[in-house]
This record gives sequence, structure tokens and C-alpha cells, in this order.
Amino acid sequence: MAKAILYDATKCVACRGCQVVCKQWNELKAEFTENRGSYENPKDLSPETWIKMEFREIPRNGSVAWLFTRRACMHCTDAGCVTACPTGAVYHHDLGFVAYDKGKCTGCGYCVDFCPFEVPQLDGSRVTGLGRIDKCTFCTTHGLDRIGNGLEPACVKTCPPGALIYGDRGELVAEGNKRVAALGGNATLYGENELDGLHVLYVLTDSPETYGLPKDPKVSAAATAWKDIIQPLGWAAGGLVAGGLLINLIVARARQIRAEEEK
Amino acid sequence: MKLTRRQFLKAGTAGVGGFTVFHTLGWRSSPGTSHKASALKNKISETTTICPYDASGCGFIAAVEADGMLKIEGDPDHPINRGAACAKGASLAQLHQVDGKINPRRLQNPLYRPPGGRDWEVLSWDEAIDRIARRIKDTRDNNWTASDGEGYVVNRTEGIASVGGAALDNEECYLLVKALRALGLVYVEHQARI
Amino acid sequence: MTNHWNDIANADCMIAIGSNPVENHPAASGWITAAKERGAKLISVDPRFTRTSAIADIYCKMRSGTDVAFIGGIIKYVLDEMDQYPEKYNMVYVTEYTNASFLINPDFEGPADLDGLFSGYDPAKRSYDKSSWQYQSPEEDGTPKWDKSLKDPNCVFQHLKKHFARYDVDTVCKITGSPKDTYLEICKTYAATGAPGKTGTILYAMGTTQHTNGTQMIRSYAMLQLLLGNIGVAGGGINALRGESNVQGSTDHCLLCHILPGYLKQPTNKDETLEKLLERVTPKSGDPKSANWWQHYPKYMVSLLKAWYGDAATKGNEFGYQYLPKTTKPYNDYSWIGLFEEMYAGTIKGLMCWGQNPAVCGPNVKMERKAIENLDWLVAVDLWETETAAIWKRPGVDPSTIGVEVFLLPAAASYEKEGSITNSGRWAQWRYKAIEPPGQAKEDLWIINKLVLKLQELYARESGPNAEAITKLTWDYGDSPSADKVAREINGYNLTTGKLAASFGKLKDDGTTSSGNWLYCASYTEAGNMMARRDPSPGAFNIGLHPKWAWCWPVNRRIIYNRASVDLDGVPWDKEHPVIWWRNGKWDGDVPDGGWPPMALDPEKTKYPFIMKPEGHARIFGMGRADGPFPEHYEPWESPVDNLLSGTQNDPAFKIWGSEMDLKGDRDRYPIVCTTYRLTEHWQAGQMTRNLPWIVELMPEMFVELSQELAAEKGIVNGGRVIVETARGKVEGVALVTARFKPFQINGQTVHQVGLPWHWGYTGSSTGDSANMLTPHVGDANTMIPEFKAFLCDVRRA
Repeated sequence: MAKAILYDATKCVACRGCQVVCKQWNELKAEFTENRGSYENPKDLSPETWIKMEFREIPRNGSVAWLFTRRACMHCTDAGCVTACPTGAVYHHDLGFVAYDKGKCTGCGYCVDFCPFEVPQLDGSRVTGLGRIDKCTFCTTHGLDRIGNGLEPACVKTCPPGALIYGDRGELVAEGNKRVAALGGNATLYGENELDGLHVLYVLTDSPETYGLPKDPKVSAAATAWKDIIQPLGWAAGGLVAGGLLINLIVARARQIRAEEEK
Repeated sequence: MKLTRRQFLKAGTAGVGGFTVFHTLGWRSSPGTSHKASALKNKISETTTICPYDASGCGFIAAVEADGMLKIEGDPDHPINRGAACAKGASLAQLHQVDGKINPRRLQNPLYRPPGGRDWEVLSWDEAIDRIARRIKDTRDNNWTASDGEGYVVNRTEGIASVGGAALDNEECYLLVKALRALGLVYVEHQARI
Repeated sequence: MTNHWNDIANADCMIAIGSNPVENHPAASGWITAAKERGAKLISVDPRFTRTSAIADIYCKMRSGTDVAFIGGIIKYVLDEMDQYPEKYNMVYVTEYTNASFLINPDFEGPADLDGLFSGYDPAKRSYDKSSWQYQSPEEDGTPKWDKSLKDPNCVFQHLKKHFARYDVDTVCKITGSPKDTYLEICKTYAATGAPGKTGTILYAMGTTQHTNGTQMIRSYAMLQLLLGNIGVAGGGINALRGESNVQGSTDHCLLCHILPGYLKQPTNKDETLEKLLERVTPKSGDPKSANWWQHYPKYMVSLLKAWYGDAATKGNEFGYQYLPKTTKPYNDYSWIGLFEEMYAGTIKGLMCWGQNPAVCGPNVKMERKAIENLDWLVAVDLWETETAAIWKRPGVDPSTIGVEVFLLPAAASYEKEGSITNSGRWAQWRYKAIEPPGQAKEDLWIINKLVLKLQELYARESGPNAEAITKLTWDYGDSPSADKVAREINGYNLTTGKLAASFGKLKDDGTTSSGNWLYCASYTEAGNMMARRDPSPGAFNIGLHPKWAWCWPVNRRIIYNRASVDLDGVPWDKEHPVIWWRNGKWDGDVPDGGWPPMALDPEKTKYPFIMKPEGHARIFGMGRADGPFPEHYEPWESPVDNLLSGTQNDPAFKIWGSEMDLKGDRDRYPIVCTTYRLTEHWQAGQMTRNLPWIVELMPEMFVELSQELAAEKGIVNGGRVIVETARGKVEGVALVTARFKPFQINGQTVHQVGLPWHWGYTGSSTGDSANMLTPHVGDANTMIPEFKAFLCDVRRA
């Protein structure tokens, strides 16, 4: 049975407990940031920041509305990252969401290219082969697995107003639709059908674009090409990729050694 | 370091299933409750605490893991926050530890800065207490008002003031006020005023 | 809080005014969400649209410092409606439980007669002779003189109507700058909680207290709540959302100039003997139906002295009363602002800071830093190198010129020690030690103990003035005191049996009992440490009292004044959310405010519900205040406009200090209203958050919020740098240009307001200018709480 998170933007108060507790649970470091004329920080997701709350001011009813949005992995069913990943580091968990095994990542960065939400982030150059991506693992990181131990994700547990709920995806879709119907107006449930269904569902008071979400997200044709053309080539293609990465790695190591010798 | 730790945790997950052991005495002595699992693992101890930030009184569980790592999450049994934590609450562990080490900003020794000095000097506790007690006594005794301008006996010192207390525990506040009034202080204030 | 966090869920309507609960109490604000899910309305009144406003049903802007006008208009709306539709209100509550019916001295006159003043004002002393503000003498049997029809022109209710008649909607909105239609919607929505069985709660905080007439603002809230029958009921009350984890407990234990533990009064010079003190402070009532709880004052005072001086406290020596210091000046002169004025003047030579950082948190901090620099010595006990401790290396000073000797002692954090703290809802909760403090850091309890032991040794050896006050002090905590032992002392003992006192009802004034704080008596009994209880069951009537979770003062009463939650027969006004209920000859539910039977059922044995007042009735007319028995709108000390309501510009009774650094700005040079506040991500003077990397990541820098209109006028761009300047000083920060601040139209004039968080300073991982460089050194007429929330500034591009 697929699991999901329901994020209700009408309840969220942007206290950012989720942003911090994610760092605590996943043992992520703080980043250097600056105030850029906003409450938001850091600037974007990164290998050390897997959730980021966004703040938007829009005019509403002659006054202002302050909209808060969660920015983190959407855990798509049609997931560009999973499709593109050559090593299976990014994969669909049995419970539907997109898990990640950092140990298998080669830093090729294809997932970065093919994510319609620009979620996975590389911590180094893809050319060197030393970089690794990171992103929300739905709290299933090896050794830090909450889901496997029967617990809810850390962000869900910490949420003071209960704007985040964890549960069976089907039930959350029904709950989300119920809330949207009660809200009326332009309210939308985002994620029910997008990319064959996201595993993070959003109850929004307005259109997805108002919250900075793409109206009709698509996985680019190139990822499909990867899936449909290159993958069928099987071992040969895999070997090519592996060979290419190996060359990247050798070049990078050589550079590193040279740099150390020059010191 | 991080990888090693994760591997260690992974090895430990077999024992994680029932991590409900609660090691604090006061808790065990209170009847009729059962403690639900907090989302903290591989613990060597689990202790309930109350948030030191605002006055909501949210409950937290501080867990020390086998490698000394401290993690603090909302207490799911607590009636006020029911396991929740805001950004400050979720950062509580960093009051003690940052990236697995003692927060480098924490003071770890009594420090002394002499008049006109340009730097801190480390003092022992004995030295610090001796010197401070001496300053208090001298200032109190030299700035003692036995009777005021109106002729009343007032037995006070206006030479010393004390501020603070809202970050202390009740028992500390109580001992502090007891000591300060016994010393004859009248300039006693704290956060409630500001 | 008269009520507590969980209880907010029982409300039908919530006004957050002078508070920003979602940002400053985010986790407990879950109960606001819970109330909303039941259909309750949240009203956010704030000069700035906040994260609380973001989830509010109604947001209304209001210029800082105009709360009395804002609430006064709602009170007028309610009073007008009461005339027309009394059936929509709980007139029994108003008549029977408040002093609305009491007759006032016929000499009393108010602002409607005296251009903004009350009778008895002395402009030279800036104070009132309150003799005309009193009740008329009671009947011979002790019954107050009252008119239960509320028609007598001398009764409180009629005075109230006359007073607030001037607060019509148009005038109010011209003062506050609120949009009239939104304001009227609030009047209507909130007044609806006046129906019997409906409840509204007012959530306030430092946005209310930190004004020169802050106490009167709070009184206006309390009066509105009384008129609507909202005090004592579930989902009601007047709820101060306190800002520090144990500021409630530290206040209860009275680390304040004017009080001793349990809100007992600090003796003054004229209280020459214990008898004279008790005579002055123990209220009397001739009314047999008044419980007049403070009549027990002598028991609490003597029990405190027994806790402090033990066997050395005897009847023969007034239980050690003479060991206590006495004050001479009006009490407020010893409070924060007065304290720093004296430090600045050189009277105070030594300062101890216990987890407080005045170099960031004090008003007019440029002056207060100078005052700290003037000290001979300073002891700072803290987790961090605070700005106060590092006063000698602040920007722009040469350390070699600064003579203050500084001791900086490393303290343990909250979970590195054991003890109790009391939250905003008066719940005292025990917490435990999870980990050893780093290095040589010690708990404050240990540090205080060491210092006192050393001082006792010094005074025993060398003596000194009033040395016995120190040498005879009961101090038997050993080398390393346990919080448990101190908690027992606070609760108190029956000294005859040696057993812990069961509750303050058992305390005596003859020296046979001790109690370090009568309010906490019952917190630690022979049944154990009540504060450590962890039974989460919701308790009676399922209104979330959680009576077995921790312990709350007084005597575990979760909602105070709860006997006003029932009618004269003891039946709850709101049967869906009863707090107490008289059934089968006893009270069910919360611990009642005294166990006497309901007023109509047993007129002989009953008592009025507001037991802490000698007259037993809640005071709509409050004769105890320094600046008037009714709240009147006055402008902040620094205001961009004239008072529209009267010729009295400012509250007439607050003290104006006179040092050369107590500067006041004028509106020509500083035309913009400025206010200070806190963020979800930071805390107070900032050391507790500016040293946490995860928090610094979220909110890395000092900033200034201002409207798009003001930014356009001044050529300021979002994300650029801006300077804010007042008569006292200036600060620089990142400009955060926002649609959440909008200019006000005040009586036809455009008034801008800007706001700054006050968390930054010059030490720690994240540094920045301190907003308190800007704030004035004036305070409330009653409490001397500084006016941090409304003052004048100018802004410009940096």
C-alpha cells in the first residue's frame, strides 16, 4: 500500500520546525546564509538541506495573504530521477515514494537534469565523479530509517499545527479532496494525478503556480529516451556509462593528486 | 565519521524495535502511564525535559545515543505539544552539541577579565567563588544603609543589583531570591519587567 | 494566563492582540488550530501582518500604542448592544460577579468631564489622589452599596457608559488607523461571545505590556472579557502569553523589586514591624459573603520567614522580619529603568546577571551599556559569552579605558540539570538531567549555593552590618544542593509533624508551618512530587484540563476564577464545556475557587466568586491603578499625532527620567512609528539562538521590515541596507520591504510604521545591531515596563 505525506498549506504557519528537524534526524549541517529581503533561507535545497519552506506575499481581498509552501522531494510515481538514474541509487521504495541509497550514487547528475521540480542537488562537480546527490529519502536513509521502524517521517512528527500528515496515499487523496471541497474557490489538491501521482500531496488555496509549483509537471523526453532507448541496450550501454564514469574518476583523482603535490 | 556512525546504527537496528525503555527515576515513580516510543533510536538513555525557550512548556525527549550523539524531539505524550517542535525546539540539541561535538560557543570554565584587561583569563571555581564573595561582601558593607533619610531602619544595600531568573528553574529562582533578600538587596529585577 | 494552552481549543473566538502566538509560541499554537477546526474564529490585530495573521479569519491593522482606543470601541459597541438587546448578553454575570453595580463616590469625575484626566490629579507630582475613586461606604451589615438595576448614575456601569461613549467607531478608526469595515466585523464577531454559553479568549503578550499605558490596555481587555462573561469559563480568560520558559515561575518567586515569593509585598521603610506590615497589606472586608482570600496574608508571610530563618525565626523576633531590607522610594524607582538610572549615576557598583543580557535586552541600551561600563564589578552567569559580559570589547570602545571587573561563570543548560519550570498556563513541570554540562559548567543552583556558603563563612568570621540576616539564614543544602530538597522547602512543612504541608489552607501565622512560596504549597506533598506527574488523561468534562499532568498553581486549579463559569445555582453557563458543576451537593470538575456552595442555593454559606478581591467581585472599575480606574486612550510618549480624544497627550502618571541620555524624539525629525518584536527563529537577547547553526541558517541577519510605500518614498530596495534612527541611537540592517506593513491613515494623515526584531548584538555566531539602541527609557505608569513597542524614528538607505 503506497504511503504519502499530505501538506495542507492552509494550516501551515511556516515555523520551520520541519526544516530543522530534518537536519537533526538526517544529521545535516547548517549552511551559511544571508538575508536576501525575505524570511526564506537557505536560498535553495542542497545536499545539506532537504526541506525548505517558501514564503510568498500576494494581494488578497484588499489586504495581503502570506502563502507558505513546502519545497522538498515530491516523490513522483513517474519520477524522472528514477528513470534516469543509471545505478539504481534513486529508486522507488515498496511504499511508492522515491528512496535513495547514497552508496550507489556516482554523481552523474542525471537525476538533477530530469527532475521537473529541481529537487536533487549535487554536492560537487559531476565531471569529477566525486560529487554525490542528496535529497529527501522519506526518512528511509540506511541506519536512519524511521518508516521501516514504524514511525512517521521526522517532518510530519514535528509539525505543530498538523499541516503535515503521513498515511496511506489513497486515504490522503480522499482527505485532501475533502478539504479542497470545503475550502471552495480556487482551492486545489496538487499531486493526485501529476506525474501519475505524487507521494507528497498539497492542499492549496489557489492555483499551483501561485505557490510556485509547475501546473503540469512533465518528465523531459530525454529521460524517457534514456529509459526507452539506452536502457534496452542493457549491459553494453551500462558498461559504456560505467566506463565513462571511471574515466571521469581517474581524471579527477589525477587532478587531486597533482593539486596536492603542488602545495 | 558520519558513515561509520550510520553503519553502526545500521548494525544496531535489530534492537531498535522496542526502544521504549525510560531511564528517568521520577517518571517511573508516577503511576498509571505508559510511555510511547519516541522517534529516537539506538539510545543509551532517554530523558524527558521541558523546552527552555518560550513559556508554552512543551515537552521533549532528550536521547543520548551510544556514540554520544544527542537528539531531542518533541515528547508525543505531552499534552501541550503532542510531539511537535518548532524551529527552536527542533534545534535544542545544538545548545549542547553541534555536528556531534560540544557547541564551541559554550562556556566551559569560569572566566575573569581584570579592569582594563584586553582578554579573558581562566579561573578555577574556588578562585572565582572566593573573589566574587569578597566583592559582594565589600560592596555590600561599604554601601550599607542602616537607616534612611526619613529616620527609618531599612537595613539594605543599594550598591549591588541582581537581574535575571526567567531562564532558571523554580528552585534556582527561589534560592536566588532568598539569598539576595538576605544580603539586603533592593535592586532585584528580571525579564518579567522587560 | 487565567486559563492555559490546551484550553484555547474550547474557545469560540480568539483575539490575538499585542501578541503573535503563531510566531512566538508555535507549538502551543496548535490549540488555536484545534479551535479553528471546531469552527472558532481567529482575529489577529497587529500593526504588521504576521504568521498569526496568515492563518487568521480576520486581520485588522492597528497603529502601535492604540489598544485602549481599539478595545474601547468594542466595549462601546457591547454597551450599546446591551441597551438594545440585553438578551444577547449574560447580564446576570455582569451584575452579580463584577462591580458594575457598585456605587462610586459622587465626587468621582472622569476623562469625559476633565479633558482626559480623572479627578484628583496633581500635575506637579504626575500622580493622583485616589480618594474620589472609591466605593461608597457599605451598608451596616457589610453589604456593598450597589444598584443591581445598573441605573444609578453613580454606579460603575453608568460611569462606564459615559466613559466609553466617546469611543465611537469613527473616532476609534481615526486613532488606530484600522479599516472601519474590518473593525466593525471584529466588534460584531467578538461581541457574539457575550451570549451565555459562548466564549472568547484574548491572547496578549509584550505587544500590550510594553507601553507607557500598558497596564490600562490589559485592563481594557479584562473589562471587555468581564462584560462578555468570558472570565472563569473554558475557552475564555485573559491570557498573557509569556515569553521565557520560566518567566512565570521567576515572577511567582518574585525576583522583582517590589515583591517577595508568592506576590507578598516587599516591606517599605514605614513597615517598621511585622505587625505594621501585616496591618497595611492584609485587606479587610466586612461583607460576610466575601472570601477575601488575602485575609490569610499573615500565614503566608510568617511561613515564608520560617522557611528562610527556621529556628532563628521566633515570635520574639518577629520571625526574623527585621533581617529583611526595607525600601524608601516608590517601588517603581527600584525597577528595571530606575535600577539602570542608578547604575548610570554610579549608586550601584556591582551587578549580577543570571541568564540575562541587559546589554541587548534593556531599553535605551546605549545608556544601559554605559551604565554597565561604570560598574566596579560584574558577575554574569550564562551559557555563552553575552554582550553584557563582553561590555569591555563592544564595538567602538577601547578595553583599556573600561574599568569594570568581569566574572563570567559557565552555567548548565536546561537539560543538563534537574528542576521545575512554570509555563504560561501556570503548569509547574519537572524536568530531568539528560547529559552532563560541558567542561566546568555548573547548574545555577550549585553556583548560588557555593556563593552563599562562602558569604556565610565570611560573615561568621568577619561580621558586618546586619550580619545575622546572612549567618542565620537557613542554608542546609550541603555541598551540591538537590532541586528536590529545595522544591520541598518551597512547598513547605508542618513543623510540628515534620511532614510536607498539604496545601496553603494548612499554613499558619504562629510559626508552626513553613512555606517558601505559599502559591506552590501542594506542589510537593507527602504523596510525592506533583510537578513530576505524567498522566496525560484529559480529566473532568473532557475540556483538556489534564489535572494529573504536572501541577498548576494555585492548588492545581487549571482555570482560575472558575466559580464565575456557573450561574447562581452552580450550573455551567456552557454545558458543553463545563469547568465546574454543582451536583449532588458538591462541585465536580476543576478545583473550584473555594468549595462554598452556589450563591442562590445557600445564601448563608456561599461566597462571591472573585475571591482575591476584598469585595469578591471582579473590578470593571479598578481603583487601585496609578493612572485611573478606567482605561483611557493616551498616545505613546513619542507619537506622530496629537491625542484625538482629549487634550491629555500622554498617560499622566508615568515617571519621566532626567539623565542626559534619556532623550525624547520629536515628530518633525522622527515622523515614523517604530516597534520591536521577536521571531519564531530567535529568542530574546539572542545568545540562545544566535549560537545555534541550524537557527542562524534560517535567520542569519538583523533586518528591518517596512512597507513598499515607505521604501519607494525613501529609495530603499528589498534586500538592500537601511538605517533606522531615533533620538537615542541608530541601527543598520537588511531592508525587508513587504506588503505586510501598510501605511496608516490617522485622522487624514499618512503615518508609516516600521518594525525590527531585537535579537541581535555583538557577540556570538551571528552578530548585528541591537534594536534597543533605539528604544526609550520610559515605562508604564503602573509597572514601569519599558515602552519598547511604540516610539518615533526615521529611516534612510544605508
